[in-house]
Amino acid sequence: MAEAGTVDTHDAPAHDAEHGHHEQSFLSKYIFSTDHKIIAMQYMFTGIVMALIGGYMSYAFRMQLAFPGESVPGYGVVSQGEYNSLVTNHGTIMIFWVAMPMLIAAFGNYLIPLMIGADDMVFPRINRLSYQIFLISAIILIVSFFVPGGGFGGAWTSYPPLSANAEYNLTPYGATFWLVAVALEFVAFLLGGINFITTLMNSRAPGMRMHDIPMVLWMIIIASILFMASVGPLIAGAVMLFMDQVVGTGFFDPDRGGDPVLWQHLFWFFGHPEVYVVLLPAMGIVAEIICTFARKKLFNYKLILYTAFATGIISFFVWAHHQFVAGIDPRMANVFTITTLIISIPIAEMLFLYIATLYGGSIRLTTPMLWALSFIAEFLIGGITGIFLGASGSDIYFHDTYFVLAHFHYTFFPIAIIGFFAGITYWFPKMFGRMMNDSLGKIHFWGTIIAFNFIFIPLFILGAAGQHRRIYNFQNFPDLAGMQDLRVIATSALLVMLVFQAIFLFNFVYSLFKGKPAGKNPWKANTLEWTADSPPPHGNWPELPNCYRGPYEYSVPGREDDYWPQDVPPDTAPAE
Amino acid sequence: MPDDALGRPYGVPVRREPVVPNGVLGMLIFVATEVMFFSGLISAFVIGKSNAIGGWPPPGQPRLPVEETALNTAALLASGVALYFANRAFRKDSPSVKPLLGLAIALGGFFVLFQGAEWVALIGEGLTLTSGQLGGFFYLLVGTHALHVVAGFIILLYTYQRLSHHDLDRFTFWPAQIFWYFVVGVWPILYWQVYL
Repeated sequence: MAEAGTVDTHDAPAHDAEHGHHEQSFLSKYIFSTDHKIIAMQYMFTGIVMALIGGYMSYAFRMQLAFPGESVPGYGVVSQGEYNSLVTNHGTIMIFWVAMPMLIAAFGNYLIPLMIGADDMVFPRINRLSYQIFLISAIILIVSFFVPGGGFGGAWTSYPPLSANAEYNLTPYGATFWLVAVALEFVAFLLGGINFITTLMNSRAPGMRMHDIPMVLWMIIIASILFMASVGPLIAGAVMLFMDQVVGTGFFDPDRGGDPVLWQHLFWFFGHPEVYVVLLPAMGIVAEIICTFARKKLFNYKLILYTAFATGIISFFVWAHHQFVAGIDPRMANVFTITTLIISIPIAEMLFLYIATLYGGSIRLTTPMLWALSFIAEFLIGGITGIFLGASGSDIYFHDTYFVLAHFHYTFFPIAIIGFFAGITYWFPKMFGRMMNDSLGKIHFWGTIIAFNFIFIPLFILGAAGQHRRIYNFQNFPDLAGMQDLRVIATSALLVMLVFQAIFLFNFVYSLFKGKPAGKNPWKANTLEWTADSPPPHGNWPELPNCYRGPYEYSVPGREDDYWPQDVPPDTAPAE
Repeated sequence: MPDDALGRPYGVPVRREPVVPNGVLGMLIFVATEVMFFSGLISAFVIGKSNAIGGWPPPGQPRLPVEETALNTAALLASGVALYFANRAFRKDSPSVKPLLGLAIALGGFFVLFQGAEWVALIGEGLTLTSGQLGGFFYLLVGTHALHVVAGFIILLYTYQRLSHHDLDRFTFWPAQIFWYFVVGVWPILYWQVYL
């Protein structure tokens, strides 16, 4: 599936002709490759396939909510058990198999060596192993939908005792498959993270100092550090939950002296940094794009960098805001309320710095720029609504309502979907050597963004009215049954949004073959990846570049061009 | 020559040697993750202990062999010390590296075998994974550590084999040592928390 896509893309022009002397078999070139670009493509196409599966699931359960009990075209009648399984796996897929592979693994693998002027990752075989484990985990998750009892239906947070005991969740195999898949996925990203951090520290081009590293790489690295530091406790919890499910231990079983809230601590100790693990790469992608298309230097590079580090550190001290109603000590709830409100400060600061970057720039509204700007706008809504949920007083009312759901979709959609579209429309010319069609890109952009807001603004209203999550049919609740119109609006908007994705897929495939040839540097950007051929050959450059300056030297006074690539030696600068 | 826009002198940059070699940095990051993994397990255990009704260790359960394990702990620590001296000998190209590395490996093997015998005895006394919180946590924590010891043991055997063929280099030996020091270093904490 994923590999088939890579083949089409890389059989495209000139690549083979130039590097015919490599003469590798199909398998070793595209399936078992250790080239960071191929591995990035594998992650990206797997992520796109998983995104389509996750989107299809949201279609099925949204249709059930808008038109309860009716047969869903293309799915059939959604039963109660299937509904639980669909919402659980939609969440799991979108976070672990879409946001993480597309933002961190795909862009990280593709950009890190190219942007620091290296020929590959430092551990290419570990990199390949990472993707292979990831692929196996994706297959296990998909297989889990078809085992007896169906896919796991205990919500993506997998709270015990519901998740630990097959008598409660009724998916004895699905629950275990789910857990194994998630654990393997973590192992895959652990291997990837080791590679990313080591490569960035040790393989930079001569002359590239710490503050010459493009912001997106710093963000991916900080995200990897956060991931590595937070995932251990969750793997510990997953091992314990696995043993509860399979061996019959009672770590989380209150009947036998276990503690179900312990799982919540282990899960959210990872789960909250995880939000920043996926947020920061998206912020980095946006930083690259707004600098290129505002033709301005990133406003206060160092402040953004240190702010991102601070965000990462604070993100380890906010996890219990997910547990305000789980029976934690109210004094602890106070502490976590304060830390949670504090973490909104660095993120707001970063958004302000981005806006300051835009201020006074000569802005070009290309498709990637539209995505980047919409990221700032939409993520802001997600961030602001988070304040109400971080404060323990209001969270007691909002907990587990559609308000929460709308809030985190306003964060995760900008991160995973807008961030991905921003990145792919920006780097597509580098990845495949051809430009994407800008008109189709803009149609896709507006169709997606407008529909997205029409999906989730109604859900804010429903949540504020008290509608709870993970309920199969709201017609059974007299107080909620009356607001069916809002549910129908949200579902209709979802259908519109899904239809508009067809335009993107068409544009993607069309541009692969018929797009305008891009040349090395279609956006006139500074960072090193734009000095390689498009697409870069195996080894990236015939001769590895040197680095002479920071990545955002746009509109430097006294220069003829408004950009100044990192690899251009300074003696070509005009004399003072 | 004038300076560039960022105030640094013109000139062709040179590639610098990494401060920490690739393999070492990769292993350090991996060990940091392992530290967090064990922290997760140990904190879960501490919470489990403090939740226990009727005190800890739970009444009516077999007692863990404190003294025998103290001996075993000493063996594992000695293995770490032997590896340290093996590394010093390795850096000086001294012939004593081989017996020292062999001793470190042998002590590691002894630790695993001794622990295996201990487990057989405990299972005989009725302490199993499902016999209660003590059994569950004991086998979870100690078993996870045992798996790491076995992995470290295999890694050290591999370095020994490379050493025998005279092609062991510093960049293979160094990460292997880091992993073994982690395995040795985390054990006293487990011993203190689980046995004492």
